[in-house]
Amino acid sequence: MTKRSSTRVGPLAARDVRTPELDVDALIDDPGTKVIVCCGSGGVGKTTASAALGLRAAERGRKVVVLTIDPARRLAQSMGIERLDNTPRPVPGASIEGGGSLDAMMLDMKRTFDEVVESQASPEKAEQILANSFYQALSSSFAGTQEYMAMEKLGQLREDARKTGHWDLIVVDTPPSRSALDFLDAPERLSSFLDGRLIRLLLTPAKGPARLMSAGVGLVTNALTKIVGAHFLRDVQTFIAAFDTLFGGFRQRAQKTFELLQARETAFLVVAAPEPDALREAAYFVERLNEERMPLAGLIVNRASHTAAGGISGDQAMAAAERLDDLEDPDDSSEVTAGLLRLYADRTRIVERESRLRRRFAAAHPEVPAAVIPALSTDVHDLDGLRVVGQLLSG
Amino acid sequence: MAVSAASPPTAGNTHWEGVRLHVVTGKGGTGKTTVAASLALALASGGKSVLLCEVEGRQGIARLFDVPPLPYEERRIASGPNNGGDLYALAIEPESALLEYLAMYYRLGRAGRALDKFGVIDFATTIAPGLRDVLLTGKVYEAAHRNKRSKHARHYDAVVLDAPPTGRITQFLNVNGELAGLAKVGPVRNQADTVMTLLRSPRTAVHLVTVLEDMPVQETSDGIEQLRAAKLPGGGVIVNMARPEELDEGARHMAIRGDLPRAQIEEGLKSASLKSTPQLVDALLREALEHAERRALEDEQRKHIDKLDVPTYELSRVPGGVDLGGLYELAADLCEQGMA
Repeated sequence: MTKRSSTRVGPLAARDVRTPELDVDALIDDPGTKVIVCCGSGGVGKTTASAALGLRAAERGRKVVVLTIDPARRLAQSMGIERLDNTPRPVPGASIEGGGSLDAMMLDMKRTFDEVVESQASPEKAEQILANSFYQALSSSFAGTQEYMAMEKLGQLREDARKTGHWDLIVVDTPPSRSALDFLDAPERLSSFLDGRLIRLLLTPAKGPARLMSAGVGLVTNALTKIVGAHFLRDVQTFIAAFDTLFGGFRQRAQKTFELLQARETAFLVVAAPEPDALREAAYFVERLNEERMPLAGLIVNRASHTAAGGISGDQAMAAAERLDDLEDPDDSSEVTAGLLRLYADRTRIVERESRLRRRFAAAHPEVPAAVIPALSTDVHDLDGLRVVGQLLSG
Repeated sequence: MAVSAASPPTAGNTHWEGVRLHVVTGKGGTGKTTVAASLALALASGGKSVLLCEVEGRQGIARLFDVPPLPYEERRIASGPNNGGDLYALAIEPESALLEYLAMYYRLGRAGRALDKFGVIDFATTIAPGLRDVLLTGKVYEAAHRNKRSKHARHYDAVVLDAPPTGRITQFLNVNGELAGLAKVGPVRNQADTVMTLLRSPRTAVHLVTVLEDMPVQETSDGIEQLRAAKLPGGGVIVNMARPEELDEGARHMAIRGDLPRAQIEEGLKSASLKSTPQLVDALLREALEHAERRALEDEQRKHIDKLDVPTYELSRVPGGVDLGGLYELAADLCEQGMA
C-alpha cells in the first residue's frame, strides 16, 4: 500500500499568502538543470506539459530528450513516437535552431525489464529468467513495474547523456498511477520484496533438504500451496532461484536512481488541474518530496479558467439574465444576452472555486512557486499546440 | 438532457433491468467516482438496497458523502425517507480481502498471521500480478452474489463498483487472463473462474464515463473495443460535465465568425437594466466565442460517441463543484434518462 505522510507540513496559521511565481524559462535555461520530472495524478495533462516543456527547452537551445509513458495517440503520432522501440528518436518537424535538439521516446516497460535482466545475467541465465512464466507476468503487469521501469529508463538515459553528450536535459513524464506517489514507492516496494524474508523462505525448499525447514516455514508454504496451487509456487521458486544473483544488482540500480532523484541537477514539477482531488494529490506529493529531500521546482496548475473581467459580479450577471428571461416579449437580443450573461456567471463561479482551491494549497505550501496554464478552448495534439502551451507556461 | 440516448425505456423500466453489478470506469479526471455515486443513489431511490464499492484506496466515497473514512465494512451512508431505499458503501482493500478469504475458505487463523509476518500478504496484494485484482473482484463478486437466503449477510438489489480507470479496466476485470500461465489450477484459479462467470454474464454492465474532449472520448471508444474483445458486457456511456447550450446554432455561427452585433448585446443589457460598458460587452463577446468554439468541439465528440452505438446519458457540469446536494441532482438526472 502507498505510504502517505499523515502529517501536514506547512505554516499552521497564515493569512493572505502570496506564492512566488514559477519561472519556467529560468529553470529550463539553467544548464545546471539536467533532469525534469513531471508528476501528478491521472488526467491533469502531465504528458502534454512535459512535451511542451521539452519542445520549449529545445527551442531555447537545450539538447532535450522527452521520456513519455502513455501519450495520447495523436500526440504520439505528431511527435513521431507511436512506434514502441524503447529508443529515443528525433522529433520530426521540430525546426530547432541555435544548437538545440529534441528527441522523444515512449517507454516499453517489458522491454526495459528484459534489457536489465540481459545486462545483469549471463546469457543462459537471462534466457532462463525471460522464459519463466512468473517473470513474464511480473514484467508485463505487476502494478508497479511501469513506475519502476520508468525510473530505470531515466537512470539509463542519464548515464547515456553523461557518456555521449547527446542530451543535456531529460524531461520525464510519470506513469498514470492510482496515486502520484506510486512511482516513488514502486522501486522500494519491489526491491524490498526481492530482498525480503519471503524470498529467502521460498528459496529454502529449492536449495536445502526439507528437514531444515522450520515449522513456521512449513506452515507458510503449505498455506501458499493451498491458495495458489503447487504449480504457481514452483514457478515463483524457479524464478527466484534464477534471479537470486541479480537481486544485489537490482537493489543497487534502484538506489542509484533514487539518488539521481535527490540530486541538485533534478527538478520536480508537480502538475495539477484546479480540482480538489488533483490538488490534494499535489499536496501529498509536495509533502512527500520534502520528506525524501527531493528538489521540488514548483507547481503547474493546468487548464485554469481565465477570469471573466467584465466589471460586474457573477451574481449581478445571473440576476440580469433572470430579468431578461422574465421579459414579456423576449427577442433575439434579450435571448442572446441572457445566454451570455449566464455563461459569464458560470465562469465567475468556476474561477472563484478554482482560486479558492489554489489559495488553500498556497496557504499550506507558501514556499512552492506556481505557474498557471490557462485552459485552451481546443485540444492539443501537434507541435504548434505544444508550442502554445509552452508559451503560456512561461507566462 | 440525453444526447442521443437510447430510446426511452418503457414506463417504469430502465435500460439495465436484470443487471446486478454496475461497473463504472472512465479516464482519470472525468469524474467516475461522482458518476458511480450518483448511479448508486439513483438505483437506491427506487426503494432498493444498493452497495457502492471502491477498490483503489482513495476514500473517494467518504469524501463525496462527507462521512469519516470507510473501513473494510459495509456501512450505510444514505437512506431514503419511509424505508425508501438504502445506500451502503464499502472500501475494499486487498489485504483485508485476502485475510477474509483465507478465514472463510481455509479457516487459516494461525497460518494467516504467519503469512502476514513473512510478507506473503504484502506479496500477494502488491507484487503478485493479477492476484490483487482477483481479491478485489472476488469481494465484489461475493457482495453481488448474495441472495435473500444468504445467512448473516445483507442482500443487495444492486452493487455499483467505482472501478479503476479505463486504461486498466479490461486487465482488472479479466482476472482469468491475468492468471493464465500463472495459476493454471488451484483454488485461486477456481475463484477467478467463478468471478469471471458473473463478470461475463448479462447480470453485469461496464459503464464508461467521459467528458466531451478528444482524449477521453478516444479512450472510451478504445475501452469499449477492449471490453468487447475480452467478452465483457459493455454498458452505457455517461457524458459528464457537459456544458449547457446557452446560444443557439445561429448565434454560435455568428460568434465564431466574429459578427455577433455589439448593438444587439448593448440593447439586451439595457433591457436587463444593466449598465452597458464596453468592458462588459467585450467580456460577453469573449464568452460567446469561447462557448461557440467549445461547443463545436463538443459536438464533434458527440458524433464520435453516437457512432459507438451504446445507450448514452448526459450530466451537466456543476460550476460550483459537486457537493452532496449536487450528487442527488445528478442521480435524478440519471433516473430521468432511464439509467436507473
